[in-house]
Amino acid sequence: MNPKRTDKIATTIIYVMATTIVVILIALLLYIFFAGIKTINWHFLTGAAKSFQAGGGIGAQLFNSLYLLVLSMLISLPLALGIAIYLSEYASAQKVAALIRSMIEVLSSLPSIVVGLFGFLVFVINFHLQFSILSGALTLTIFNLPLLVRGIEDALQTVSNSQREAGLALGLSKWETVTHVIIPECLPGIITGVILAAGRVFGEAAALIYTAGQSAPPLNFSNWNILSLTSPLNPFRPAETLAVHIWKVNSEGLIPDATAVSAGSSLVLVVVVLIFNILARYLGNKLYKRLTGE
Amino acid sequence: MDPIAKSLKSTSVSAKIERRGKLITQLCTMVIVLLVIAIFAFIASKGVAIFGQDHGSVLDFFTKTTWNPDKQDAYHRPLIGALPMIVGSFAVTLLSVIVATPFALAAAIFMVEISPKSGKKFLQPVIELLVGIPSVVYGFIGLVVIVPSVQKIAGGSGFGILAGSLVLFVMILPTITSMSVDALKAVPRYYREASLALGATRWQTTYKVVLRAGAPGIMTAVIFGMSRAFGEALAVQMVIGNAILMPTNLASPATTLTSILTMNVGNTIMGTTANNALWTLALLLLLMSLIFNIIIKYLAKRGELK
Repeated sequence: MNPKRTDKIATTIIYVMATTIVVILIALLLYIFFAGIKTINWHFLTGAAKSFQAGGGIGAQLFNSLYLLVLSMLISLPLALGIAIYLSEYASAQKVAALIRSMIEVLSSLPSIVVGLFGFLVFVINFHLQFSILSGALTLTIFNLPLLVRGIEDALQTVSNSQREAGLALGLSKWETVTHVIIPECLPGIITGVILAAGRVFGEAAALIYTAGQSAPPLNFSNWNILSLTSPLNPFRPAETLAVHIWKVNSEGLIPDATAVSAGSSLVLVVVVLIFNILARYLGNKLYKRLTGE
Repeated sequence: MDPIAKSLKSTSVSAKIERRGKLITQLCTMVIVLLVIAIFAFIASKGVAIFGQDHGSVLDFFTKTTWNPDKQDAYHRPLIGALPMIVGSFAVTLLSVIVATPFALAAAIFMVEISPKSGKKFLQPVIELLVGIPSVVYGFIGLVVIVPSVQKIAGGSGFGILAGSLVLFVMILPTITSMSVDALKAVPRYYREASLALGATRWQTTYKVVLRAGAPGIMTAVIFGMSRAFGEALAVQMVIGNAILMPTNLASPATTLTSILTMNVGNTIMGTTANNALWTLALLLLLMSLIFNIIIKYLAKRGELK
């Protein structure tokens, strides 16, 4: 066959396949949207879940997801900052840095169920934390750390070396250069990395089934006693998150409207992830403008 | 001592801050290193218990098909034939990757070689968003859309390897695509110019030059997709049927390593044989993800040398 015709045929096939992908993906998004939008109303977003009847809401689950995210960020963010600063600024021995980087890569490629089982073994059983938000947050930290470290390190690397040299030339120590010059310079980049990681963590379920638990005791939002079981802020209560809720209503099938509840919850999850992505993109653009002076 | 000499000889405030800062970052790094070691140590020690204290046979684990750790065979060894799960895991992984790779490559070629403008406008944002969709959402869509369709076409219950592979196909497609795009973009522009200058058509250039130069990167993308598919738990568990049987066809209920773990860890008691057997599955998953990691490392090194 002549090469020109082969070229035409191959191009057509690639067009068709690329279009197929776009169609599949858009159909998927539209399905999530239209299946979920029917269920969503104020009562669904704030109401309590029901165990056996139809008409339950996802109020507690939504709050649990957000609370868990905040707690795990509080634990993992300082750690990840420290690790990223070490890898990007201090690690002078190439071999040590490479070894630590490959360990972080291994950590990020672990199946989330394995991370969940480790959390179950260590935090739930050995540390006697039971199925609790705290166990869940600590487990999510393991999941979260590699994502955060990579994001923050990328952000630190975008700062040009002349900034570091300028800091040192002014007589600042390395640490002062990092905290006063480099971090303020790439702050939008760091925040972008954090938000992207937050989006991934928000939808995580496999690591939480055996750590944060699969039950959501009803919450009383006027109860501020941090040790009471109904207080939303109590970190020692079991807390089913939104993603776990979708899995649970489908695999147990005890409520008659499981499909509607999962469709609504899926839409909420996807919308939250979308908001995180848009925020991250906005801040990334802002950083780009700041660095290029556009 | 002379106060000036003293102030010169003692450590300055700045040096103290520096030392403290460095120490903090080193401690943080230590935490993550210890964490990785702890994960491997804990899961390995739990995972080999079945072969030690419960006298399970390693050969049985990889070759027998009866999974019933509470019962024992004639030699008083627990029945821990994990072959159905191992086969199930590999089947869904390979099938989904085989289907997803051509599509992902086509999309990547479209975005880099054919139409970068509309690729960036339509494909890129959709793919970025899909990477972020939580896996339970994919599982739920699989349950309400894919399983009934498979049932209509192939008969049976619809749950099985085919449904699992289709869900994984959609899940890993964006991952493989975006990594392949990076691999193709990394091929230097003058490769293409040289090929086109020799009179090659666009397809000849793509097929004979760009795809070959980008091969290590594309392989990395494929292995990365495999590793993601192999470790995916909930989305697969929701559509595969969870029957510990050797799969007879693509539409018969089967199971995977991750699904069995998801289903059963909560139903067994710590330290019992049934529980130890599950930890062995977790260890196998851990080792597989390590193997995928090593392959990716190896490919990256080969790509560098060129």
